[in-house]
Amino acid sequence: MQKSKDILFFKKNISLRSIFDKVMRHYEVTFIVDPVLSGDEIKSTAKTYEDMLVTEGCNIIHVDEMGLRQLAYSINKRSSGIYYTIQFDIPNGEIIPKLELSLRRDERIMRFLTVKLDKYGVKYNEDKRNGLIGKVERKEKKENVKDRKRVTTPAKKPKAPAVAATATETKTQTEEE
Amino acid sequence: MASRDDIKFLNNPNIGSRQKKYCRFRKFGIKHIDYKDPDFLMQFINEQGKILPRRITGNSLKYQKRVAVAIKRARHLALLPYVTDLLK
Repeated sequence: MQKSKDILFFKKNISLRSIFDKVMRHYEVTFIVDPVLSGDEIKSTAKTYEDMLVTEGCNIIHVDEMGLRQLAYSINKRSSGIYYTIQFDIPNGEIIPKLELSLRRDERIMRFLTVKLDKYGVKYNEDKRNGLIGKVERKEKKENVKDRKRVTTPAKKPKAPAVAATATETKTQTEEE
Repeated sequence: MASRDDIKFLNNPNIGSRQKKYCRFRKFGIKHIDYKDPDFLMQFINEQGKILPRRITGNSLKYQKRVAVAIKRARHLALLPYVTDLLK
């Protein structure tokens, strides 16, 4: 049985890489660090979680430092916070509870959120890093506006010559008279 | 000679014909809604920070649900408020 399965596996010609990609799960963890801490402490907190993920065998794709932001409502009597986002891949999700527990126990972290990304999410983040997102949407909207204008303007234009033509006709008629 | 431009309607024909609403995610092919982008999500909430209904935004059911999830995540991360006044 084992042998036949192996043969099938090779017959389908599935590359190991594609299977690896399918097996990998994409996650994204966002957390808010206390702004009262010094700059080095803030960086070290983000670094500890990066190191933790690496030691657990994760493939870190991107670490995004969104910087100091005003919070929409106060958390722990703080009105601002430093946002960090780490995107990573792992073959299984066993690490997530460990990560969340350590984030919860950490006093330097005000809030955190772990999200599993689908393929569109991964693509979105990649595009955002390359600076494709934001511009694309605006461009699309502008193009649409242009299209609408294009549609409306030719519709109006033929009317004007038609009117002119009728006017000339009337003129000729009057001349004939 | 009464050309077409000379015809005057008694009632304005443009009144009552509203532009049809559409799902912007379907139209522009947006597949992922980012919860870390509060400026984008602002389009789907009212002045009090409440999620706007589908009958106003025109979103399809699938994307309205995703917008709602994204807004709730943004609220958790204090990117959007849970309750306010005069947001816009």
